[in-house]
Amino acid sequence: MRITCPFCGERELGEFTYLGDAKPQRPAADAGEDAVYNYVYLRDNIAGVMSEHWYHGGGCRAWLKVTRNTLTHEISAVEAAAGAGAAKVGA
Amino acid sequence: MAGDQANRLTSGGLIDRSTALSFRFDGKNFLGFKGDTLASALVANGVKLVGRSFKYHRPRGILTAGSEEPNALVELRSGARREPNTKATTAELYEGLEAASQNRWPSLNFDVMSVNQLFSPIFVAGFYYKTFMWPAKFWEAIYEPAIRRAAGLGRAAGVSDPDHYDKAWAHCDVVIAGSGPAGLAAALAAGRSGARVILCEEDFVVGGRLLADGGAIDGLPAAEWVARAVAELAAMPDVRIMTRTSLFGVYDGGTYGAIERVNDHLPVPPEHQVRQRLWRIVAKRCVVAAGAIERPVVFAGNDTPGVMMASAMRSYINRYAATPARRIALFTNNEDGWRTAETAIAAGLQVAAVIDARPDVSPAHRSLASKGGFPVLHGSVSGVDGGKGGVRKISVSLTGGARAEVEADGLAVSGGWNPAVGLTSYHRGRPKWRDDIAAFVPDGAPPGMVAAGAANGAFGLGACLREGFEAGAAAARDVGRSGNIGSMPVADDEAFSITPLWHVAGKGKAFVDQQHDVTASDVELAQREGFQSVEHLKRYTTLGMATDQGKTSNVAGLAIMAAVSGKSIPETGTTIYRPPYVPVAIGAFAGHHRDENFHATRLTPSHHWAAEQGAVFVDTGLWKRAQWYPRAGEKDWLESVTREVKAVRNGVGFCDVSTLGKIDVHGPDAGAFLDRVYINAFSSLAVGKARYGLMLREDGIVYDDGTTSRLAEDHYFLTTTTAKAGLVMQHLEFCRQVLFPELDVQLTSVSDQWAQFSIAGPKTRDLLKEVVDPAEDLSNEGFPFMGAREVQLCGGLKARLFRISFSGEMAFEISVPARYGEAMARNLMIAGKPFGVTPYGTEALGVMRIEKGHVAGPELNGTTTAGDLGLGKMMSTKKDFIGRVMAGREALVAPNRQVVVGIKPTDKARRLRSGAHIIPKGETPGPENDQGYVTSVCFSPMLDQWIGLGLVERGRERIGEIVRAHDPLRSEDYDVELCNSVFYDPDGGRQRG
Ligand SMILES: [Zn+2]
Repeated sequence: MRITCPFCGERELGEFTYLGDAKPQRPAADAGEDAVYNYVYLRDNIAGVMSEHWYHGGGCRAWLKVTRNTLTHEISAVEAAAGAGAAKVGA
Repeated sequence: MAGDQANRLTSGGLIDRSTALSFRFDGKNFLGFKGDTLASALVANGVKLVGRSFKYHRPRGILTAGSEEPNALVELRSGARREPNTKATTAELYEGLEAASQNRWPSLNFDVMSVNQLFSPIFVAGFYYKTFMWPAKFWEAIYEPAIRRAAGLGRAAGVSDPDHYDKAWAHCDVVIAGSGPAGLAAALAAGRSGARVILCEEDFVVGGRLLADGGAIDGLPAAEWVARAVAELAAMPDVRIMTRTSLFGVYDGGTYGAIERVNDHLPVPPEHQVRQRLWRIVAKRCVVAAGAIERPVVFAGNDTPGVMMASAMRSYINRYAATPARRIALFTNNEDGWRTAETAIAAGLQVAAVIDARPDVSPAHRSLASKGGFPVLHGSVSGVDGGKGGVRKISVSLTGGARAEVEADGLAVSGGWNPAVGLTSYHRGRPKWRDDIAAFVPDGAPPGMVAAGAANGAFGLGACLREGFEAGAAAARDVGRSGNIGSMPVADDEAFSITPLWHVAGKGKAFVDQQHDVTASDVELAQREGFQSVEHLKRYTTLGMATDQGKTSNVAGLAIMAAVSGKSIPETGTTIYRPPYVPVAIGAFAGHHRDENFHATRLTPSHHWAAEQGAVFVDTGLWKRAQWYPRAGEKDWLESVTREVKAVRNGVGFCDVSTLGKIDVHGPDAGAFLDRVYINAFSSLAVGKARYGLMLREDGIVYDDGTTSRLAEDHYFLTTTTAKAGLVMQHLEFCRQVLFPELDVQLTSVSDQWAQFSIAGPKTRDLLKEVVDPAEDLSNEGFPFMGAREVQLCGGLKARLFRISFSGEMAFEISVPARYGEAMARNLMIAGKPFGVTPYGTEALGVMRIEKGHVAGPELNGTTTAGDLGLGKMMSTKKDFIGRVMAGREALVAPNRQVVVGIKPTDKARRLRSGAHIIPKGETPGPENDQGYVTSVCFSPMLDQWIGLGLVERGRERIGEIVRAHDPLRSEDYDVELCNSVFYDPDGGRQRG
C-alpha cells in the first residue's frame, strides 16, 4: 500500500503506523462517562470506505486522515490532521 | 551412452558449443554447454529418470522446459548451499554444477520406498485425515516421522546459508512481466513513448516462446527480430531489461514483487555480491505478458519418464539442440501440438504417430504425415507401457472404440494452453472461461494492470505482437508519455483449433498433479466424499499445493471435478490465486536483516568507553546498555552489582541514561498541553524546576512516566521511559495534532541529540564541581532538589542539569550534546577519581529503584492504574486530562485492587523470585486464592537480603501481614512479609541533602 502524505508525497506503507477509525471525536471534559466510554471502546468495523488515522512516523510525523476502502485498500483521500504541520502562531 | 551428449544435435540451438561445462548428477560426470539448463543437459546426455515422486516414489522424468515443472526437482549444490526442490528446467548449467535426485533411497534406480506403490490404497486423497488417527500419541512419535521420510521432497541444507541476499526498490512508469513477443512489443511501444520501463524476464535469455518456436516478425527470423528489439531497448536510457527476474506478486498501490536470481547461475556468488535480490517495483502500469502454459492430458501412465509436454519437446530440440527421444509419438487435441511433429521431422527424428483427439486434421498436416511416413490416429492415449527406462509402447483408444498400439521412446502431449493468469488474478480476481480456446483468461486485473498476448488468451504470434504493442502504448499514454511509438511489429497468426480433452479413461494411475501425486481417481473420490468445491478439492487432495502451485494441474483437476459432478468448468470455478507465483527463498525476504542485523542496534553515547571498561551489555529494545561492570576477582554478577550499589550509596557513581526518550516541548501553550497529557499539573511548574509526571491511556490505565522540566516560560523538556520513547512521541503528536489542534505547541524528539548521565551518591556535588564551571552555584540553595537549568561546563560547553534522583541519593542528571557523551564519561572518570567514582549499570540502577520503591516497566504493565501504583493522589481534580474519566470507573477504583507493595521473605536468607504468586496464609494455592504476584526483585545490599515489589490485593492496607509466595514454576513456597515499598531512606532525606 502507498499513502500520499500531504507533506512528503507518495510513500510506502512501512513508513506509516495505523491507529484506526478517525470518526470518533474526543468528548468535551464534561460529557460524562458514557460519552467517553463510547469514544474509547466503540468502533464501527466497516467493510468498505472508512476514514482512518495514520501516523507518518517514518517521515514528517504528521497524523493523517486517510479515506480507505478496507476491501480493496484503495485510498481515495488523504488529509493532514487539523494540528499537523507548522505551529499556529497568531492563529 | 550417458556422458557423451549422444542426444545432442550436431548443429543449431542457442547454446555456446565452444564452452563445454562439466557437471555431476547423482555422482556421475556429464558434459553440457553454456546456454543449457540442467534439464537440457540431462536430455542431451540421454538421462530420462531424474527423480522419484512424492508419495508413491514412482520414477519420474522431465515434463516441461520451464518454471511450471512438477517433476524434475533436484537438490542443487552441496553442503551449506544445498538447495532442495530446485527445478532442473530453470537451473542454468555452470561449470562444476552438482545436483542430486530427490526422494529416493538408496538410489534412483533402486528405490526401497517404491513399495509405497503397493500400499497406494492408503495414500489416497485425504489419507492424512483418515489413516494413522489412533492412538493419538503415535502420530508425533511414529506416523509423522515415517510418513515424512517416505513422502517428501528434498532435504534442506540444515546449516546457515553462507550467501547474502539483498532487497531493493525500483520505480518506473511501466513494468512488464515476460519478454516474449507480447512483452518485447509492449516494451518497444512504451520505451519509444519515453516511458520509464522495467522488463522482467524469468529466463536468462530474452525471447520467451520465440526461442523455441521461431517464426517470422517484420520479415525477419524471430531470433534476428529479438536481437534487434533488444538492441533498440538497450539503447533507451529509461528502459531496463532484467533477466533471471520473476515478477511473483502484486501488492496494493502498484507495488510488485520480483525476485532476481543475480548469481544462481554461478557456483558461488563473486565476492561482495548477493545470490538473489528481492525487488519491490513501484509502477504506475503493468503489462502482464507472461505467456501461457501448455497443459497435459490425464491418462494412465502419463507420468512415465519420456512423456513430455509437446512445447517442451520443441524447446529442447530447437533451443537446446537436445533430443528427448528418437522415435516420438505426439498426442494432441489442438492445432498447436502439431508443431512438435514438424520440429521432430525438421530435426531428423522419427515420428511414430500423431494421436489427435479432434475429429478433423488439416490437409497440410495430412500431407506432413504422408511425407514423414507416420500415421495419424484419431483418438486418445489411454495407457503407457514403460518404467524407469522410459516410454516403450503407447496404447491408443481410437475414435469408434478400436484400440491401437504405438511403439515410441518419447510421447509429446499437448492438451491445449492455459494463459498464465496468476498475476492478473491476485487481489481476488477470478479468471473467466473462454470456450473457443477451452481455457481461463483474465477477467480484469488489479488496478493499473493489463494482460497481453498469450497471457490474455491471444495465442497467435501476430496477435501477441499486436496486443503487446497496444498495451505498451496505452500504458505509456496513461502515464503521460507521448513520444512517437513508431510502427507495430507484424507477424502472421497461426491457425488454432482445439477439442477439449482432460482425462482419458484407462487402467493404472493417471496423474493430475504429478508433484503431489494426485490422481484422477483422487479427484473422483473427493467428489464422492463431498469435497466438491474447488477450495475443498485442493485441500483434501493437496492438488496444486506443491512448489509448482499446480501450474500444469489445477485446470485439469477442476475440469475432472466438473465432469464427475455434472457441472460446467466455469460453474466449478477456480481456487483463489495468491502470490508468490514462483517459490521465493525466505533468505531473499529477509535480505540483510538476519543474525546480528536482524534489527538495528542502538549504542549509547558512552558505549565504546563502557566496552573498554569491560561492561556486560544487555539488550533493551534496540539498545545495548551496560548492565554491570565486572572487576577482576568478582565471582558473579551479584558481587559486581552489589559493589556498584554500595559505591553509589557511600560515594559517587554514574550511569548512562541516554536511552530515555527526550522531547522538547515548545510554545505558549506548552504548559496547557502537558496539563492535558499528564495526570498532574505542569502549567504551574516554576521555570527552573522539574516534576515527575504520569500519563494515562484514554482508558484510564497508566501509559508512561518520567520527569519533565521547565527550562523557560514556553519551553519544557520531557523524558519518557526507554521502552516507550517512540510510542510516547507518537501519542503526544496525536494529542497535539488531532485532539488539541487549538493549542500552540510544538514537539521535537531530541532523544538522539542528548547524552544523559545520572550522577548519584553523597559525593555527587564534589564530582560535579570538577566538571561544572565554578561560577555555577550547585549548593542546596542555589540548586535545590528538583531544580533544572542550563549550566556551563568547564571549557565552555553548555549542558542541561537536573537535580533528580532515581536512586534515592543526592543526585543530578546531566545532559550534554550526544557527540560529547563519550568524552563526558571519560571526564567523569578522571574528575571522579579522588572520590572513588564508580560507573554503574542497569542492574545497580534497578536495585536502587527497588530499594526506593520506584515503579518501572514490571509495574507499569498495561493493567495498572495510578492508584495501583500509589500515585492516585497525583491525579488533578482541577483539570481534564487523557484518561481522567475512564480512570474513575468502578472497577478501576475498587478497594480490592492489586496495588504496589513491598515484599520481603521472612527468612532473610531466602531468595525472592519475581512471578511468585501471593496466597494468604492457610489457603490453598489456586486461582480462587490468588491475591497477586511479585513484579520486581533484587538483592538489596543495604538491607542485606532479597526484597521486591508486588501487586497485591489491598496490599497497602496489609503492611506487616505474612503471606505465602507460591511459585509452582520453580516448585517453591515460602513466607513473605508485605511491607512499605520504600525500603531505604523512607523519608527521602538523602536525596534532598
Ligand atoms: Zn509525511
